[in-house]
Amino acid sequence: MTKQRLVVIGNGMAGCRAVEEVLRRDPDRYEITIFGTEPRVNYDRIMLSPVLAGEKAFADIVLNDEAWYQDHAITLHSGCAVTEIDRETRVVRASDGTQAAYDRLILATGSDPVRLPLPGADLAGVVTFRDLDDVEAMVAAADAGGEAVVIGGGLLGLEAAYGLARRGMRATVIHLMDVLMERQLDESAGFLLRSALTDRGVETVLGAQSEAILGEDGKVSGLQLKDGRIIPCSLLVMAVGIRPNTALAANCGLNVGRGVVVDDQMRTSDPDIFAIGECAEHRGIAYGLVAPIWEMCRTLADVLTGVENCAYGGSVLQTRLKVSGVDVFSAGRFSGGEGCEDVVFRDAGRGVYKRVVLEQGRVAGAVLFGDVIDGGWYFDLMKSQADVSDLRETLIFGQAVTEALRGVDPKSAVAAMADSQEICGCNGVCKGAITTAIAELGLTSLEDVRAHTKASASCGSCTPLVEKLLAVTLGDAFQAQTGPKPVCGCTHHGHEVVRKRIVSEGLKSIPAVMQALEWTTPEGCASCRPALNYYLICAWPGDYQDDKQSRFVNERVHANIQKDGTYSVVPRMWGGMTSPQELRAIADVADKFAIPAVKVTGGQRIDLLGVKKDDLPAVWADLNAAGMVSGHAYAKGLRTVKTCVGTDWCRFGTQDSTGLGVRLEKLMWGSWAPAKVKLAVSGCPRNCAEATCKDIGVVCVDSGFEIHIGGAAGLHIQGTQLLTKVASEDEAVWTICAITQLYREEGWYLERIYKWMARVGLETIRAQVEDLEGRKALYDRFAYSQRFSRTDPWAERVAGRHADEFNPLSRRLEFAPA
Amino acid sequence: MNALVKDPQITWIDVGADTDIPRRGARRLKGPQGEIAIFRTGDGQVFALMDACPHKGGPLSQGIVHGASVTCPLHGRVIDLATGESLGADAGKGCAPVVPLEVREGRLFIGLART
Repeated sequence: MTKQRLVVIGNGMAGCRAVEEVLRRDPDRYEITIFGTEPRVNYDRIMLSPVLAGEKAFADIVLNDEAWYQDHAITLHSGCAVTEIDRETRVVRASDGTQAAYDRLILATGSDPVRLPLPGADLAGVVTFRDLDDVEAMVAAADAGGEAVVIGGGLLGLEAAYGLARRGMRATVIHLMDVLMERQLDESAGFLLRSALTDRGVETVLGAQSEAILGEDGKVSGLQLKDGRIIPCSLLVMAVGIRPNTALAANCGLNVGRGVVVDDQMRTSDPDIFAIGECAEHRGIAYGLVAPIWEMCRTLADVLTGVENCAYGGSVLQTRLKVSGVDVFSAGRFSGGEGCEDVVFRDAGRGVYKRVVLEQGRVAGAVLFGDVIDGGWYFDLMKSQADVSDLRETLIFGQAVTEALRGVDPKSAVAAMADSQEICGCNGVCKGAITTAIAELGLTSLEDVRAHTKASASCGSCTPLVEKLLAVTLGDAFQAQTGPKPVCGCTHHGHEVVRKRIVSEGLKSIPAVMQALEWTTPEGCASCRPALNYYLICAWPGDYQDDKQSRFVNERVHANIQKDGTYSVVPRMWGGMTSPQELRAIADVADKFAIPAVKVTGGQRIDLLGVKKDDLPAVWADLNAAGMVSGHAYAKGLRTVKTCVGTDWCRFGTQDSTGLGVRLEKLMWGSWAPAKVKLAVSGCPRNCAEATCKDIGVVCVDSGFEIHIGGAAGLHIQGTQLLTKVASEDEAVWTICAITQLYREEGWYLERIYKWMARVGLETIRAQVEDLEGRKALYDRFAYSQRFSRTDPWAERVAGRHADEFNPLSRRLEFAPA
Repeated sequence: MNALVKDPQITWIDVGADTDIPRRGARRLKGPQGEIAIFRTGDGQVFALMDACPHKGGPLSQGIVHGASVTCPLHGRVIDLATGESLGADAGKGCAPVVPLEVREGRLFIGLART
């Protein structure tokens, strides 16, 4: 019997692996011909990153040398591009005239890197990262040193940047998204990865859109971003994705989608032609990783050698990053749904973040950073869809711990440990030392144990063990939850600790806080995110980038949401003063936008109620045009400064209360605080501005200004207490700003001034603002922070900021068939 | 699932790119039966619900997105984005209808029933 002719187009990993698998099953069945466009033997493309980094040589990554082709009598046409498949006569033809007849044909044409159509993309020094030629070009560029830019913060882009940094270039990754490797990582892991790359000399610019590649003398000299920034470079790598190579298949009439469409037997729309690897599209997915390719090759080889009932059912993916010393693992899904549950473990000391997503008691996905030993285990559990409900308690600690404790009640296991058994590896503390300390010193909490024995005080990985020891030793007396009330269910830390550590450890982003304080959820909740966002704004004015998605709708939209989903708009009236011109503008706006209700507020302003969200920017534009700005009636921050008419008009007025109110409001507007802050200035003790039920109130008297704090007239009704008295208006302003700053720095999120005062004590506050140096320091910090706050958020949005917040996604649906 | 269901009863309408939805945020659009909210989680998954909280009809699109849930801006009810069900203490107290949504090649398609 004559051999059948098997022709493979593509001498890459997929093509050669398919041939290997066929030979393994039936070495004599086919006469094999392989066409390859690269002028070399088959090599391991995924190891190009280590070659670029100088950690491996080309010889190390060759998969099949020339001897392999000879030994198996494979005809290799390398450097030879197939240009035509003639399905009628079953012949393939190459550009150099070579042709080969086939009985069975395998398409393994792989994919091409996507090249962004940016101006300057054809300059010398602009490369992709796909094959050995690219690597050689990059190595040559790196030898000259200088700066490199990599567009794309996915797996390949990061590996390219790391390799270039290893070779001595200053590498910067430009990424469109806010999270590196956002397909594989969540925000927390992305944050850790970014820090680790920075440590390795790779800078990252997130949320950045490329505008144009700049050049000099035909050579790349830099990348310009949409926002105008220019990043100089002598080498630019595009690593923005791949596109399956389907031209050949399309030209001969095969069914092509994103890739060459194949069935579960890897067969294309022509029963004698198969496709595998990155050029293939199976059940709507074109894969770009190696594991699915191996699985496809096995199925294809079964099909080609007559194995019955073989099928490729799609692949479950896992990802590992090849950057030395940076351990990242990702698999499956990690955005939940019904019945999904996150199990999170963080170890700030070791820089570890682990997240396993369970769905109906089974592992649905995992993201690991810093400790990826158990990646394979989670992946196996995920693929096998094993029920892990029983392992829930220990799952996150990994396979070793889980198997050691399998079937054992964790408490009795701890009780059974010998006294000499080491519990805390960091500080060398044994079980006996801990239980003795608990008993003899009367310790009742984890913090106590840490303070007295140092157990669990470093990396924290033994914390669950120490807690169990507490439980075993104290019995019923042990309450796991001790100490201050946690911020929310995502953490065991209270507000005070969180605020202190943000400042003392220089934590400057929400993911940084969550990692350092070992948050137990991947990205927090609607309670802790706004709190953290405020604490960061307060701690790092001008430095921290406000996260608008961590703000309650009113602060995100700069208007107050009403029960029917419309908004109310309250322009600022400084000190409650307005003018005919402002009133006319308000009336015109109400008419123009058919605003259904106009109301005077208790804070001496005018409220426009029932504004549609889409209309907000236009309403603001008209109010801006009349000189009005946002009244921040929605803010956890300064609201109004209510005044009486004072010495300007009133026969009893002792000071210019209106002038002081206006001055305070102009100085303090736009400042964010833990909760709303309402001020009032009354011109005499008759107190027409009702200053003594405000957060901060001023009552003017003949001899100066009484400053009161801690009033409330809402859910709780409470008069203020007199804090201090000052002689001059300047001193009044300085003192009020100092009080506000102290509250901004010490208050817990959503804690009004009266509650803060009750917690820390009036005397403590008084001591700090009556100390002139302390007062000045507080005032200076407030003034510095205000440099970044006194901008009208309405005007910014009228100018187009966050435009997508106000525009519906699409108007098409309105015209769609109902 | 990545292929648009070939159901003659459903019309699929391209309403934009998935990147048009901010991460941990939402966008709104007008549907024939009322406003629709399309959400994008921190992990990049997208979900569509009718934009009305089962509690008092609050616009869920305006809430804070955390994990695969959203907290209604009016009274703080937490809604599961995948199922529209109320979560936590409000579990079992009503749900926001799920709107068929598919992503294909980075485009968002909303499925509307033909009537």
